[in-house]
Order: sequence, then C-alpha cells, then structure tokens
Amino acid sequence: MSLYDWLLFLHVLSAFTLVAAEVLFTFLIAALWKRDLPSDIARVSGISRLGNVLVGVGSVGVLILGIALAFEADSYAIWDPWIVAAIVLWLAFAELGRRTGKAYDAAGARARALVNEGRDEPNPELGALFRSRAGLGFHLASVAALVLLLLDMIFKPGA
Amino acid sequence: MLGATRPTAWDFPLFLHVLGAMILVGGLVVAVGMQFFAWRRRDPADVAAFSRGAFWALLTVALPGWIVMRAGGEWIRSKEGWSSPDPGWLGIGYLTADAGFLVLLVTLLLAGLGVRQLRRSGGGSSILGRIATPLATILLIMYLVAVWAMTTKPD
Repeated sequence: MSLYDWLLFLHVLSAFTLVAAEVLFTFLIAALWKRDLPSDIARVSGISRLGNVLVGVGSVGVLILGIALAFEADSYAIWDPWIVAAIVLWLAFAELGRRTGKAYDAAGARARALVNEGRDEPNPELGALFRSRAGLGFHLASVAALVLLLLDMIFKPGA
Repeated sequence: MLGATRPTAWDFPLFLHVLGAMILVGGLVVAVGMQFFAWRRRDPADVAAFSRGAFWALLTVALPGWIVMRAGGEWIRSKEGWSSPDPGWLGIGYLTADAGFLVLLVTLLLAGLGVRQLRRSGGGSSILGRIATPLATILLIMYLVAVWAMTTKPD
C-alpha cells in the first residue's frame, strides 16, 4: 500500500468514526426524548463519553489526514474550492458540536446531581432541559453539516 | 476525498452507498457500546436498558443502514459495468456485505430474544444477549475490513 492509500484509508476511517459518534448522539437523544426520570438520563453518561472520544478522534483525524491528502495527491490542491468548502464545513461542525455538547452536558450533570441527592422521580425541569430547542437545533445542524461534508467529498464541486 | 476519477453520474449512488455504510457502522458502534455497558453493569435496570438500547440500535439504525449501503453498492456496480470476474476488492465488499447481513440478522434475533428473556426474568443477565455482543463486534471488524478494501482497492 502506498502512502496515499494509507492516508485515504485512515481519512475515511476517521470519517466513519465521526459519523458513528453522531449516530450515537442522535440515538441517545431519540431514546431519551420522552424520559423525565433522572436515572434514565444519568445512566447514559458513560456511553455519551464514548461518543465524545469518537467525535474527538474522528474530527481531528478527518481534518489532519484530509489536509495531508491534499498535499500528497498531485490532482488536488489545498485551495481547491471543494477542499476550502470542506474546511469551512468542518469548522462549522466543530462549533455546532461544541454548543450541542454544552446543552446536553448541562442536562446530564443535572440528572446525575438529582440521582446523587436521591431524588430519582420524574422531573419536568430536567425533561425541559433535555428537550431544549437550542440543544436539538444545534445537534440537527451538526448532522446537516456532516451530510454536507460527505456530499462535498463525493461530488467535489469545482474540481 | 473518495474516488478521485469517476464519471459524475456515479456520484449519487456512491453517496448513498457510503452514507448507508456509515450509518450501518454507526449503528453497530452504538449496539456494541450498549452491549458492553450491559455486560459491565450489575443493576438489573441498567442491564435491561442497555440491552434494549443495543437491540433497537441494530433494528432501527444498523439494518436500514445495511439496506441503503447494499442498494447504493448495487446501483453503482450496475453503472460501472464490471466484466466478470469482479476485482478482488469488490469481492471482499460483496463477501463482507452479504455474509455480514446473515450475521447481522442472527445478532438481531439473539439481541431481541435476550431483551425478552430479561423482561420475563425481571433482571439479571441473558445468555442470548451476551452471545450477541461478540457477534456484533465481529460484524464491526468485518465492515472495517470492507472499508479498507473499498478505499485502497487491492488487486
């Protein structure tokens, strides 16, 4: 395998890791959408940490290996419009992901605090925190940014 | 930076194929993660919740992902018009996709039966659910091999 093959494989593997994290977060949001019980929300803190690791490894890997590929391949240049678009989309995704994490981490922290206080009964305030429009909006926007990134990688507009 | 040189008419089928594969792998990651947590926890409510989560991830994410991946793959193959025999990397893709589908169905069945067993017993652990964990892990490894074959296209 050439260096290009390795870079491409690891770049695509990073993209799969990133999407796996987004699938995990989407699944958790959907599964807990109607739940008001603190223990239900607190329970998934471990698995959401797995999502955080996947999103960190995937997003850094995609960017670094993507830039390395742009320099390694003769047919691409870093200033090609579709590569510039990908970097802009990556930045948008990173910021949206940060805001999503902030919204849901607050709900998770509140749920764990309630469980630790022994108040594991349905809590409308916690439910409202988890179902915040801002958190869901940022998450859906981050999913849209990821789909746009995939479209950009495959259609390569301007290439 | 997928597929450097190909006609633009192949782009949409390729997009569907890759998107389906990513959703499939994402669903498997969720299922394996949930099953791993179900193995580690002692509280019956935790074990039941994570086992149920693993089953639903396989059913509502991994299975539809497989269908989109396979349909997109067949669509792009029809456009590429490979002459027989298929190149080696395509053979690896077919083998992992189709054999993987059978393993996915068995894993799904075992995970579902495991959830039912847990519900009837009121907690503890389910041997069927536990068998589903290594199967889902094997499936994940198989599909990562497929990602390698699809991107590097070895002869």
